[in-house]
Parts: sequence; C-alpha cells; structure tokens
Amino acid sequence: MRTCLAVKDVTKSFPGVIANNQVNFDVREGEIHAILGENGAGKSTLVKVIYGLYKPDSGSIRLYDRELNFASPRQAIQAGIGMVHQHFMLIPALTVAENVVLGGEPGRIHYRRQENIELVRRLAKQYHLEIDPSAKVADLTVGLQQRVEILKVFYRKAKLLILDEPTAMLTPQEVEELILVMERLRSEGIPIIFISHKLDEVQRISDRVTVMRAGKTVNTVETKSTTPQELANAMVGREVVLHVSKPPQLPGEPVLEVDELVVSSGGSESVKRVSFQVRRGEIFGLAGIDGNGQSELVEAITGLRSCKSGSIHFLGRDITSLSVRRRTKAGIAYIPQDRQLVGLIVDFELTENFILRDFYKAPFARLGQMQKKPIEDYATRLSEEFDVRPRQIHALARNLSGGNQQKVILAREVARNPELLIAAQPTRGLDVGAIQFIHNKLLELRTAGKAILLVSLELDEIMSLSDRIGVVHDGRLMAILPSEQVTREQLGLLMTGVDLEREG
Amino acid sequence: MLWDALTRPDLWASTLAMATPIALPALGGTFSERSGVVNIAMEGIMLIGAFFGVLFAYYTNSAWLGLVGALLMGAFISALFAYVTVNLGADQVIVGMGVNIFAAGLTAFLLNTIFGYGGTPRETPALPNLTIPGINHLPFVGPILGSQNVVVYLMLMLVIGSHYFLFHTNLGLRIRAVGENPQAADTAGLNVKGLRYLGVIIGGMLSSLGGVYLALGLLNSFEVNMSGGRGYIALAAMIFGKWTPFGSLGAALLFGFAMALSMALQGGGVSSNIIQMLPYALTILALTGLVGRSTAPAADGVPYNPHN
Amino acid sequence: MGKTIEGLLTPLVAIVIAVLIGAGVMLVTGHNPLTAYGALFTGAFGSAVDFSNTLASAVPLILSGLGVAIAFKAGLFNIGAEGQYWIGSMAAVWIGYSVSGLPPLLHISLAILVAMLAAGLWAGIVPGLAKAMVGAHEVITTMMMSYIAIFLSHYMLENGPMMQPGFTPQSPVILPSATLGKLMERTQLSWGLAIAVGACLIVYWLLYKTTLGYRLRAVGLNARAANYAGINVPFHLVLALFISGMLAGLAGAVQMLGVQHRLYDSFSSGYGFTAIVVALLANNNPFGVILASIFFAALSTGGQSMQLVSGVPANLTDVISGIIIFLVASKDIGQIVQKRWRKSQTLAPVKEA
Repeated sequence: MRTCLAVKDVTKSFPGVIANNQVNFDVREGEIHAILGENGAGKSTLVKVIYGLYKPDSGSIRLYDRELNFASPRQAIQAGIGMVHQHFMLIPALTVAENVVLGGEPGRIHYRRQENIELVRRLAKQYHLEIDPSAKVADLTVGLQQRVEILKVFYRKAKLLILDEPTAMLTPQEVEELILVMERLRSEGIPIIFISHKLDEVQRISDRVTVMRAGKTVNTVETKSTTPQELANAMVGREVVLHVSKPPQLPGEPVLEVDELVVSSGGSESVKRVSFQVRRGEIFGLAGIDGNGQSELVEAITGLRSCKSGSIHFLGRDITSLSVRRRTKAGIAYIPQDRQLVGLIVDFELTENFILRDFYKAPFARLGQMQKKPIEDYATRLSEEFDVRPRQIHALARNLSGGNQQKVILAREVARNPELLIAAQPTRGLDVGAIQFIHNKLLELRTAGKAILLVSLELDEIMSLSDRIGVVHDGRLMAILPSEQVTREQLGLLMTGVDLEREG
Repeated sequence: MLWDALTRPDLWASTLAMATPIALPALGGTFSERSGVVNIAMEGIMLIGAFFGVLFAYYTNSAWLGLVGALLMGAFISALFAYVTVNLGADQVIVGMGVNIFAAGLTAFLLNTIFGYGGTPRETPALPNLTIPGINHLPFVGPILGSQNVVVYLMLMLVIGSHYFLFHTNLGLRIRAVGENPQAADTAGLNVKGLRYLGVIIGGMLSSLGGVYLALGLLNSFEVNMSGGRGYIALAAMIFGKWTPFGSLGAALLFGFAMALSMALQGGGVSSNIIQMLPYALTILALTGLVGRSTAPAADGVPYNPHN
Repeated sequence: MGKTIEGLLTPLVAIVIAVLIGAGVMLVTGHNPLTAYGALFTGAFGSAVDFSNTLASAVPLILSGLGVAIAFKAGLFNIGAEGQYWIGSMAAVWIGYSVSGLPPLLHISLAILVAMLAAGLWAGIVPGLAKAMVGAHEVITTMMMSYIAIFLSHYMLENGPMMQPGFTPQSPVILPSATLGKLMERTQLSWGLAIAVGACLIVYWLLYKTTLGYRLRAVGLNARAANYAGINVPFHLVLALFISGMLAGLAGAVQMLGVQHRLYDSFSSGYGFTAIVVALLANNNPFGVILASIFFAALSTGGQSMQLVSGVPANLTDVISGIIIFLVASKDIGQIVQKRWRKSQTLAPVKEA
C-alpha cells in the first residue's frame, strides 16, 4: 500500500508550550490510522497543522510526494484533505444544504437553493449518509450533525479524511453506524486518520495506531499486534492502573432525595419525573450522553434552574423552591461543569474566587464591609491544602492552568464542609496528575461520610468512583445499578434508551 | 385634528420621508451585525456623510459628486472602525461610541474651520426631488410615492437589493455564516476578516447615505449634530426588524410615522416639546414591550480570534 | 504598583498621540500648534482664577464620570448621563426656588437628595428594568431617556411650569439658602469640588471594600458566575444603573446650586458624552476619574482662550476627545495581548490539545 501522507519532524510551539515536538508518522492508502493520546498530548494540534489551521515551525508534510505548505484550511481542502472536528464546525441557523456547500457554492452570484438541495440529497445517498437537506442544523441530533460534517468533507472531494474524537458525542448505536461508514470508505481506498483517547475504539477500528505523549510521537504499531495495557502505558509513560480501587463502605441515610422531578427548558421537558437518592458516604454516579438532561437536573438541584413539578429534599428539608444562596447555606456544594464560565470569575483574584460563595458572611465580611486579613488567610490556607500553583493569592484566576483553576473551585466547595457535593465533569480537560488528585479528594470525602453526586461523560470515571450508577437518557432515569455488578455494555445500552428489563 | 391629519396624504408622504434617514442606517447596521460586528456608530457616520456630502457638493458644485464623496468618507471611517474591531479585537461598543464622539467633534470643528461661523453656504446644490409620472397622479398614493426626494427611492431600491443580496446570493450566505459561527466559516475556507470588513463598510456607506439625505436631500446644509439621535433610533429599528432589510424598513416607517405625527400635531394645543418626545418613547417601547428578546446573529459582537 | 503604572500607560499614550494628531490638524488648517496649545495651557492653568475655573468645570465631569464608571464596572454602558444630569438639575433647581424657610444645610441637602433620587429613578426604572427583565440594550434606552429628559426640560422652561414670569425661558433663581458657597471669589469654583472628591472616595470604598461592590463587580465580570454565587443579577443591574444615574444627577445638582443658580434653556451641557470618555480614559478607576476630568476640563476652559488667541476653533477639543476614545479602546488590545503572553508563561508544559 502506498504512503499517502508523510509527516516528518514537525514541530509547532505556542508561547510557553511546545505542542508538537519532532512528530513523525505516516498514513497509507486504504488504512484507518488512529492517533492515541491523552488530553494535552498534542493530537489536535497535529491535525490542525496538517489541515492548515496552524503553521508548523519546522518539519515537512508530504501528500503523495507533494510538499505541503498550507496557509489556510482553504488550501488544505483544495489539496483533498478533509477534516471533521470534535466540536462541530456547523452553523445551526442555516440548513444542511447551506452548511455543506458553504465556501464552495455553485454558481457565481445567485444562490441556487433548489439545485443545492438536490445536490446534497444525491451526495448523501451516495455515501449512505441519509439526511434531509432542507432541515435546519439546529434541529438535528448530534449523530445527524456529524453526518453533515462528513458530507461537507465529501462535497469537497476529499482524498484523506481526518476525524477528531468522532465518537465523543455519539450514542453507542450512532458509533456503530459511524464505524460502518468508516469501513466502507476504507474499502474504497480512502485513508482515514482518527484521533481518540479511547482504547477500546482504537483497538476495534484501526489498522495501525500512533501513540503521542507530551507533544512527541512515542511509536507506531500494528493494532493487531499490541494490547490495551501496552497502549495505555505508552500513552501515559508509566504503568497505569486502569481502575481506581475504592475501600468498601456502608452508606448511611439519604442526604438528598429527588422525587418525581420535572424540569422544562426551551418549551420541552428535559427532566421527566426523575427520582433517586444520594446517601451518606456514597458516590452516586450519573451517567449518560451529553444533552440528555443531566445539566438541567443538576441545575435544578442546585437552584440555578426552577423545576416544573416534583420535589427535592435535603437532610429532610424541602428545598424545592429555595434560592441558590439558601441551598448553599444549607450545606450543598457544587462544582459546575463550566469552570471558567460559571465556577470562577477569571478576572477576579484568587482571594475573591475562594470566597465566591461565602463573601457576604463573617469572617469575610462584617456589616457589609470586606475584611482583608481573614480573606487572605483563608486563600493562603486553601491554596496550600489543595496545592494550587502558582501560590500567589493575588494573581488573577485567568492566569492559572485549567487544572489549578479546578483545584480552586474544588477547594472552595470542599472547604465549606458540605453534606452534599455535586461534581459535574470535574476532570474534563485535565491532565492525569490533576485527575488523580481530584479522584482522591472525592474518595476522601466519601470515606468521611459525605454524599457525592458525580455527573460525568467518562464511563471509566463513573464506573471506578461510583457506588451506585444511575443512567440518564432523554430526561429519564433508566435504571439505578450497583457499580460492581454493571458492565460497560449494559451502561451503553441504557444510555441509548434500551430498557434492560424488557430486553431480558 | 388627529383624524384630519391621518386622512391627508401629507402625513404619510412625510412618514416615508422621515423614515428614510432611519431606514438607511438601520439597513447599514443590519449588514454589519449580520457579519458579526456590533455597530453603534451609525449616528457618527451619518454626521460624517452629512458634512462631507455638503463639503464635496459645494466645492464640486454637484450634489451627486457630494453624495459619492460622502459614501467614500463613510467607507473610510468604517474601514478604520473595522480595523480596530476586527483586526485588533477591541470592544465594538466602546469603539463605536468613540466614532460617534469623534465624528460629532470633527464635523463641528471642520464646519467652523472651513465655513466659518455662519453655517454652510446657501449655494450648496441639493439632491433633486423626483416626480414619477403615472404614480404621481394616483389618488392618495400619488403624493406619497410619486413625489419624493431621489434618495427615498434609492432607499427603497436598496432595501429590496439588500434582501436579495443577503438571502439569495452566495456572498450573502457567506456574510451570514461569518456572523453566526466564524470558526465554522473559517474552517470552511471563508475569509472571516474580509467578509466582516465587507459587512461593516457596506453598513457604513448606507449610514453615510442616510446622512446625505438629511443634508442634501431634505435641506442643502449641514448643522451641528443634525442627525439628532436617528442613528440610535435606527439601532432600535434594526433590532425591531429582526436584522432583516424589510423588517428594518417596516420599523423605520413606524418611527417615521411618529416623527411625522409629532410635526403635524404641533401648534394644536399640546406642547411641541412633549410631542417631540414621541419617537424616542416609542423606541423604548419597541425595545421592551413589543419586541421582547429577538435573536441577533449568534456571533454578533464577539471578536474572532483563531487561536482562542 | 506595577498594575497602576501599567494602567496609567494606556491613557497617557492615548493622550500624547491625540495631542499630536491635534497638532497635525492645526498645521494642516494653517495654525501654529505651539501657540495654540500654549494658549490652551495658560487658559486652563495660567492663574489662580483660571485654575479654579478649570477645577470648577471638572466637578460635573468627575461626578458624571463616576456614574458612567460605576455602570461600566457592573458591565453596563450608561450613555444617558446627559439626560440624568438634566433631571437632577431640574429637581435641584425646583427645590432650590420653591421651598423656603429652611436653613442652608437642610435646604442644600434636600435639593441634592431629591435630585439624586429623581435622576437615579430616571436611569433605574426604565432602562434598568428593561435591561433586567427583557434584556433591552441600555445603550439605546438610556440614550432615548436622555432625549426625553432634554425635551422635558425645554417643556418646563418654555412657557412651562418652571419658567419664571417674563419672556426669557429660564427658571427663577434659587434661594440663597440653597446656594453652595464659593471656594474662591470671582470664580466658578464652589463647595461642589468637595462633594465631588467626597463622592470619589465613597465610590472607591463602595466598589472595593464592601460586599455590594463585590457583587456589582462580579455581575459586571461574569453574570453567570455571579448567579452561581447566589447574587441576584437582575436586581444588581437595576441598582447599578440607579446609582449611576444618581451620580449624574448629583452632577447636575451641584452645577445648579454652586454655579448657575438657575436653569437655562439650552440643548446640551456637553458633560454627558465627555463623562464617557472620562470614565474610559480613567479605566473606571475613581481616582483616575478625577485626573481625567481635570484634563478634559482644561481642554474646555483652555479651548476658549485657544480660540481667542490663535483662532483654532474650540471644538478641536472634541476631535481630540474622540481620538482618545478610539485609541484607548484599541489600546485595550495592548493590555489583552500582554495578559495573554504573561498567562502562557505560567501554563503547565503540556498545552491542552
């Protein structure tokens, strides 16, 4: 098989960080080549360099012996490289057809609406990616939106396809469909590069895999001749314990009771009569594909959103209509999933962020006046306890890395000694060290008898940390299962709405 | 008195005339915001258009050349605005306000420096009023549509043209794409900055034309701050009109009606000052009561930084 | 300390560049920039009388500038300071001439209080509630309210309820008991200066030392996070506009009670827009507002003398104001770029890919 794309000694750096350090790999015709690595390994940067979004500092990229030197994606597209991004580059307000032809519209001036719709319909049929061309992208499911992305690539007659974390937002069924499409493309000779941090996918789909770590390529192997453990070690650079072990624990009485909760947002019900409890000394994991009501559920429990009906009880008290402030005071802590948008004020100093939830009370404020020394002491203490770097309490929060920002939020919420901690995507986008720190902290709280509600998109995290797991699909709680007994396949099925009892 | 005023075509002809200097900047704002750039500088650009229109008209002795000169100046100021906001990523509202203040000062200063303290020369040529034969003789509609200043007709044609451009051409699609999701547009190979420049400059030229209408169409002179807040009312018209050309025209007609009505009712017992408040009060109502929250283009007001 | 110097750099550079551009314009139109600027400077600061008058002109700018600054801190753009100034003026003058028999301290306090309340409501009720409840952009609403306020004052004075008997559209003179005393004879400088400086101190204390200030700043920086912190965002938006209006109204009150002593029928005081430039130039810092106000006041008082001496029209100073805003807003970028660069220095070695 001919080599289609050859990447040699490519280096790309940004101020303060070398994202790609002498990267080497090649792609052959008709193969599916995976790039494996954790968050921050440099995978996305590499493909963005190939696609022309970034210019490499040094090194060469050859496409069929032609040296590439792209200044913009436009040129990459013309050369036949197509990319489907992890976060879709679609325009929700426009239709499928408009999104597909954008930038390469037929005709000179007039926009040929009907013709374009037909064109897209035919294209979709050709690649078995059935879709309605006149639908507004905003109205489509995530799986369908991905189809639009792929159609865009083929509209431009791509000869090489790059997929960046393609299965991140898909249901297991949609993943199957995507795999079929990829295999069909491979059989037509189109090489595919796909980026992933999920070992099982890489094992299943790829022909070869290149592992990246901290900006460098570690090695490239035939997928068939390696094992998940080997790949994981290469990814992280050391022996990795693939599962966190938790001490056994007997949970106590319920701290949080959610009863027949209904939450509506944007005209429809996003949480449909959900009931569950979280008990002292347990971690209750809420699993589910993004967008199935978890965010709304958590917002309703924390008071950031009102609920239509149902009730929420905390420590025996009905808190259903209490304000955020009141619930916080009652002992509920919340680590929001959008740390920079909600959890912190990035232009505030660390001192001001540490007291974000308690700024109005003693000892931080007396009679409406802020008390400088108690605030500074508090910030210093928490920074040390939670190893926040750099250790400058007057630095602005925006100058901290993601991991340290998350530690500030974690420190703040945990230091308030809450009875219930709600953590939404607490380790998203963080490096391994930070992830381990946070996992350990959560387990510490569990041992100390606190109740924790963990919401995460990472099944590994949910399965290893939780005592019980609830699966959310389309706003409903499909089932609540003890974590030792459940398998990934069961969770996957539940996440797509399959009722296990009925399936037998 | 009110009924009397409503049934005479004068009021409606006046409505159309008063709507024009609101519709034009509203149309301009639509272009700018559709491409993703919040533009509150319409007031200032109108003044620029008005002053330079008079300046060039006087010195070339041709109102049409004055119009062209005004459009060029409007484009120039808009390009500057675009550079600071699109290339440098500055706060669009603050810079827009800066343009307003700068334009007010500059036009007043140049007025005094070039023309002295007696106002602009009386001999300044003005843009002609057109009479359309045929329409002119229709009952009631005749005086309204058949006999207006040429800029009014220009405005109507521009509204139709803008609608076609934005919604039925490839370039219009690209401009809208850039205003909704610049990153997606970038990866589709579009020139985000270039398209935004285009939107802002077209917008500036339209606003400038609005100023030209005030200075060379309705009158033939320039007065300090003659735009009188119309640039801000145009903003409301644009929002009310949901960022579409026809919507902007509709809203502008509404505001024009309020202005025409306030003029027609003057001397009828209610203080003229109270009546002059009408258009401004109506603008507030439009923003709060009747419109509620309308959706701007999604990336409106957010500078696009590819390395974000 | 480093932050303060950095903060001063942008406005200073902007002023220098604007002054240079102004010189360029003067040269092009056939004037001598040195004599012109010289006349400007001596006109503003040349003698004790001139200096006092400059300070007196700065007073309403300081107060309305504070108002605009505090709105900015809460993330709001109050461009209706002009109208709020008029409302405050009207209220103060009315109390000033219609209420009698009060000792000066009480009379002045009453006039000021009513002025502040009226102007605060003018900004807080319509623009404030509109923003809080439906998200109506305050740029348009405050501007519209401003025009309405100006027409209202015309209405009051042109054969209206506040016109004094006779033919001139102006209000009656306020009673001596409502007059703010002069700090310097034969100048316009009154005790208003003390009020302005005092307001500065109070605003600084409010913003940085109280929980209310913390809440306003939080809302201005990140409304969603403020909500998460338990802060009632809509309420604080209204409150911010209310306070902002109060300060602009205080500007009007002080100007009426200390300088004009009656309300005249004019179209604009010129303070409304300049207040915005002042706030931006000062980067919304209360003490910076004092400095920026003196600068613009100097431009204004000196401008008259510049026009007399060198023939350069006084509204060149408006041009300079506009250029300054333009530069300050774009210079903002310099700071953002600097911040980004510094941030990347502290990032962990592995970038999030």
